[in-house]
Amino acid sequence: MAQPEIVIIKYNAGNIRSVNNALIQLGYRAEITADPEKISRADKVIFPGVGEASTTMAFLKEKGLDTLICQLRQPLLGVCLGMQLMGSHSEEGGVDCLGIFDEPIRKFVLPRPNPDNLKIPHMGWNQISNLKSDLFDQSMEGSYVYFVHSYYAALGPHTAAGTNYLLPFSAALQKDNYFATQFHPEKSGPVGLRILKRFIEL
Amino acid sequence: MLAKRIIPCLDIKDGMTVKGVKFVELKTVGDPVELATAYAQQGADELVFLDITASHEGRKTFVDLVHRIARHINIPFTVGGGISELSDAEALLNAGADKISINSAAVRNPQLINNLSRHFGSQFVVVAIDAKQEEAAGDWTVTVNGGRIFTEKKLFSWAKEAEDRGAGEILFTSMDHDGVKQGFANEALARLSEDLNIPIIASGGAGNMEHFRDAFIQGKADAALAASVFHYNEISVPLLKEYLSEQGIPVR
Repeated sequence: MAQPEIVIIKYNAGNIRSVNNALIQLGYRAEITADPEKISRADKVIFPGVGEASTTMAFLKEKGLDTLICQLRQPLLGVCLGMQLMGSHSEEGGVDCLGIFDEPIRKFVLPRPNPDNLKIPHMGWNQISNLKSDLFDQSMEGSYVYFVHSYYAALGPHTAAGTNYLLPFSAALQKDNYFATQFHPEKSGPVGLRILKRFIEL
Repeated sequence: MLAKRIIPCLDIKDGMTVKGVKFVELKTVGDPVELATAYAQQGADELVFLDITASHEGRKTFVDLVHRIARHINIPFTVGGGISELSDAEALLNAGADKISINSAAVRNPQLINNLSRHFGSQFVVVAIDAKQEEAAGDWTVTVNGGRIFTEKKLFSWAKEAEDRGAGEILFTSMDHDGVKQGFANEALARLSEDLNIPIIASGGAGNMEHFRDAFIQGKADAALAASVFHYNEISVPLLKEYLSEQGIPVR
């Protein structure tokens, strides 16, 4: 089978290399690029992200990538900040985002008092449940995946997987060709690799 | 439910692991990549690699190693040792490290924490604190150079300051407990966990599986780190997780 053309959208995000390393482990090659032409004609687009929402949105606008991302018809996978930027608005820097999903992105708030000593960020391995997307197979119900984030998307009509920390929220979202995970599949061991593989093989 | 994390720590010198490792038949003795892969397969939640090389050439070797580690494992890993400037951290980030840990450089120059977290995000910055309790029930003093030099800083105020400056996690090692295998410094850990709103990693003192349970229950730690008990196969990661799960502690 011919190799699918995969692009990873290049911007100043920390985990671009990790996503690429995971794809290499799966035997795929991806191009890391901000070139609108290449992004438009790719079979699969990955929109990674570790960083701050308002500065990243400003960067996407400057490069014209905001409009482009919203017009894509091939499967796109947003990861972590990538997912949050696909929401309607983010409390991080109070910025309007791409609006692919209607959900706003809110900041976690610790309870007072905090008897369980819960922390922010939500950092570490947590379980995904109520899986409703081609990204997942049913054997992944209850699997642990790796999260690092201080902002979240609430449960809503586009929730494709849920998790629970401080409150139940969306671990993954999907709407038409747009897929997104709040967790890092590229850092989630064998389960994460299977999720990435399923996305590439969609 | 968010799982408590188990973190094996590997000391690296000139690109090789320092301590002998008996728990698995390795093809290349001392190859950190092979060892890291084995730990990842066993279910370690994260890994820490500490570079104890002093020389400049050794530093370059370490960055190359981080590159190779990043290509072979897909669980998060932290690297530390000798990071004193933004450029050191950037080289490690570009090589694929998920987090860096800073210790004595942060004590000498606390502003480094602010600069690192502003440039790379708090999630990237682990502040490691080595501390010693001067007398029973007394104050904890922050030490550097492997516990040999006492500083002006006290554990709890320094940890809070590190959080305020943008640290994403605190890795606390009790130099009184480290290497003794009598359990972690649970009282101090619990106080850190109550005082701070960022995750606390317990380090120093693991000797048996009960010690990990106590660090999570009494010490209220979010993660526990150990080296020799894992490297010498005194405790295996899968059995430890099975035990913790039976004890009602959420693990992956």
